[in-house]
Amino acid sequence: MRLVPRQRGKLARAALVAAAQVALFCAAPAVAQVAVHGQLVYTLTGPPIVDGVVVVVGGKIAAIGKLGEVPIPADFELLHAALVTPGLVDAHSVVGLAGQYNQARADQDQHEGSEAIQPELRAIDAYNPRERLVSWVRGFGVTTLQTGHAPEELVPGQLFIVKTTGATADDAAIVPFSAVAATLAESAKRASAPGTRSKMMAMLRASLIEAREYATKRAPTGGAAPAEAGGEDEDEGGAHGEDASPAAAPLPPRDLRLDALAAVLAREVPLVLTAHRAQDIASALRLAREFDLRLVLDGAAEAYLMLDELKDAGVPVILHPTMQRAVGEADNLSFETAAKLATAGIPFALQSGFEAYVPKTRVVLFEAAIAASHGLGFEAALASITRDAAKILGVDARVGTLEVGKDGDLALYDGDPFEYTSHCLATIIEGKVVSRGERTE
Amino acid sequence: MLLHLLLAIGSALAAPLSRGVAPGDDQVRAGSPVASLGPLVFTGARIITVAGPPIEDGVLVVQGGVIVSVGRASLVPIPEGALVRDLHGRTVMPGLVCTHSHIGGIGGADGSGPIQPDIRIYDSLNVRDSGFKRALAGGLTTLNVMPGSGHLLSGQTTYLKLRGGNTVEDLFIRGADGAPLGGMKMANGTNSLGDSPFPGTRGKSAALVRKQFVAAQEYRAKIAAAAGDPDKLPNRNLALEGLVEVLDGKRIVHFHTHRHDDIVTVLRLSQEFGFRVVLHHISEGWKVADEIRAAKASCSIILLDSPGGKLEAIDLDMRTGAVLEAAGVNVAFHTDDWITDSRLFLRMGALGVRAGMTRGGALRALSLSGAEMLDLDARIGSLEAGKDADFVILDGDPFSVYTKVLETWVEGVKRFDREDPLDRLYAEGGFGAGHDQAPYFCCYGDH
Repeated sequence: MRLVPRQRGKLARAALVAAAQVALFCAAPAVAQVAVHGQLVYTLTGPPIVDGVVVVVGGKIAAIGKLGEVPIPADFELLHAALVTPGLVDAHSVVGLAGQYNQARADQDQHEGSEAIQPELRAIDAYNPRERLVSWVRGFGVTTLQTGHAPEELVPGQLFIVKTTGATADDAAIVPFSAVAATLAESAKRASAPGTRSKMMAMLRASLIEAREYATKRAPTGGAAPAEAGGEDEDEGGAHGEDASPAAAPLPPRDLRLDALAAVLAREVPLVLTAHRAQDIASALRLAREFDLRLVLDGAAEAYLMLDELKDAGVPVILHPTMQRAVGEADNLSFETAAKLATAGIPFALQSGFEAYVPKTRVVLFEAAIAASHGLGFEAALASITRDAAKILGVDARVGTLEVGKDGDLALYDGDPFEYTSHCLATIIEGKVVSRGERTE
Repeated sequence: MLLHLLLAIGSALAAPLSRGVAPGDDQVRAGSPVASLGPLVFTGARIITVAGPPIEDGVLVVQGGVIVSVGRASLVPIPEGALVRDLHGRTVMPGLVCTHSHIGGIGGADGSGPIQPDIRIYDSLNVRDSGFKRALAGGLTTLNVMPGSGHLLSGQTTYLKLRGGNTVEDLFIRGADGAPLGGMKMANGTNSLGDSPFPGTRGKSAALVRKQFVAAQEYRAKIAAAAGDPDKLPNRNLALEGLVEVLDGKRIVHFHTHRHDDIVTVLRLSQEFGFRVVLHHISEGWKVADEIRAAKASCSIILLDSPGGKLEAIDLDMRTGAVLEAAGVNVAFHTDDWITDSRLFLRMGALGVRAGMTRGGALRALSLSGAEMLDLDARIGSLEAGKDADFVILDGDPFSVYTKVLETWVEGVKRFDREDPLDRLYAEGGFGAGHDQAPYFCCYGDH
């Protein structure tokens, strides 16, 4: 099926146009007005709509329903596809920090090697929205990414959440500070410290305790400190208790590293902790219990050995790319882990992950395809890169499903998107067609 | 071990020699040698021979490790006393040929120099590496295992059949003289650059290669001039002997090359010294398709999920297969395992189709074209009478993501069976899948 805008008036004439909807359309800006018709529209809120239509107005989904029942304004571009899904959500990537050239000190800002623990490193300060790998994944339907620092140090830095469009990182960002990343894996070992798994845990504990004491001292009432570790900190900590009594002990000086960890302790952001082996997953759960963290387990190659523990802990999983190489700590990974997490009722999302060589990025659509064919099934696999990923990232109020009021982010395919030989016809972000056809140049 | 063997033979002999056996209800266990005892007949499947159009309701007759006949049910007689398997609803295709693999925990040339033609990769190969099991799970039956691309010439490659074996000798494909067959691995571009004695530039890379080939030409001339007189023969030089085999066309050069200008340099060197070459990877091959066709060079390509990761792969394009096919160039795929996973080799053919290759061209690129690039097309690569009985049984279209490899047969012996729990572990992954294989036919469960 080709992507061909066609006469919109015919469909519009076939439908009754309610006055309220007309008013809504008139209120919208005059740019980027599209409607999408799919032979199958997967909303992720219920069964797929056969011959469905999604109308996007002012960047938001204004109407959704059956063709002929949903009015389509005459001046809208109407796109057609065999199958329409919400824009894909890649729950963990490094693209934008990692660039295609793979040249150190040129386009590889996902790994800062100077220290083991640097939670103050903000992804938004390093993200290149014009990086070709961003438009590459967008060409396959990816509209939202959680991206940031790679699992190459014990605490490599922050993650943030972007749309795969925008002229600046600030434009692209929808959550400027979405998580602190941590790593319990060989890649976190350093020549000095940490040199062992126990040392990794000891260093994490020490940092979290230091952050807790810091937050307590800086809090106006001695309680948990409000955290300002993310992108918005124009004021110099005015909310941190400078109005407190002059007789009180002097506030500890502002420490960006501890601010970020304080946000984790205050459960304002999760700790996205990468661990593959079962014993490392157990350590991650132990750390989360000790500090009452919002843990999101990342990677998790041996999660199939830890299903009961993960379920009991209520910890969601951002599972490794299905096609990640089965080497090193991930040598026992399985194509079927996603299916096992689904059966166990553990919330999970798939990811494109981090690649140090070729391919420089994976595509989460392709990773979900392999999971779909290895026990997960079509709908659960689609959910793992749309609705379920959005929930784990905490952006489900805006993206992940097709519902009136949510962002007009859609992916259009000429068949089953998981089939190797299908194509992404177009990617739409907030009502704007940002890719037409897969990028092959 | 003997007990297992006897039990396997006993159960096979006791099996009913009748038609109508259900798919998957198999009398022959994976790895068992009994399959070669009598004729085996597979009926009802869609057979993709690659030598011609697909055959619906085809019959494949196998005996003694080779294909006796293959064709439409109405045309192929079923031999007396044959063991018949009904494969209705299944697809059968040739065993896949990977022209470029690094499976086996191998180590080729070392850091002592950039050109090491005396290196034989089979001296370093661990036949118990789980990668071989994964390759079988992906439908692969023949591999060209080779050293890496960090040298201008990193050693001799080895052509292997995935027969299962206790030593690498058990996997060799041998020539008429009994010698194990293989090619020569070379590389240009950035990977083989380095500090001295490695070249620092592309010009130096080509100069060092020329110098060695000239030395090999002179060595060969001395041997010819000696006319068998031991007093006149030069001292044996294993490195130059390797290159002489290249000059004589006995070893095909498998040349890692990415950028368009590097590809053309390979063609230039090949023409200067008259060596046979297969261009490998060729990220930018689509830019010089006409030049490749004019040089009559074959291409073994890889498709990746994104471009980049190294400077030479920035312009990697999924359309490479389609562009070369349209230009009339012989194209094969390779896994470059661990770069891509052998279990997903069919996927690469499908991605070629996604980006414009014909289905027929992509199927050939996974089998017969690869066989041609290893000089093995008289023996493998298609399902034709007289060729080795290397084939794969699939539960659907080879290019669907939902299709699984059910069985992989090598020379008439089933070497992978998805119904077998241990084989399935390697196919899907899971705890233990990353460990070395269990010793062949020994010690563990049913193996």
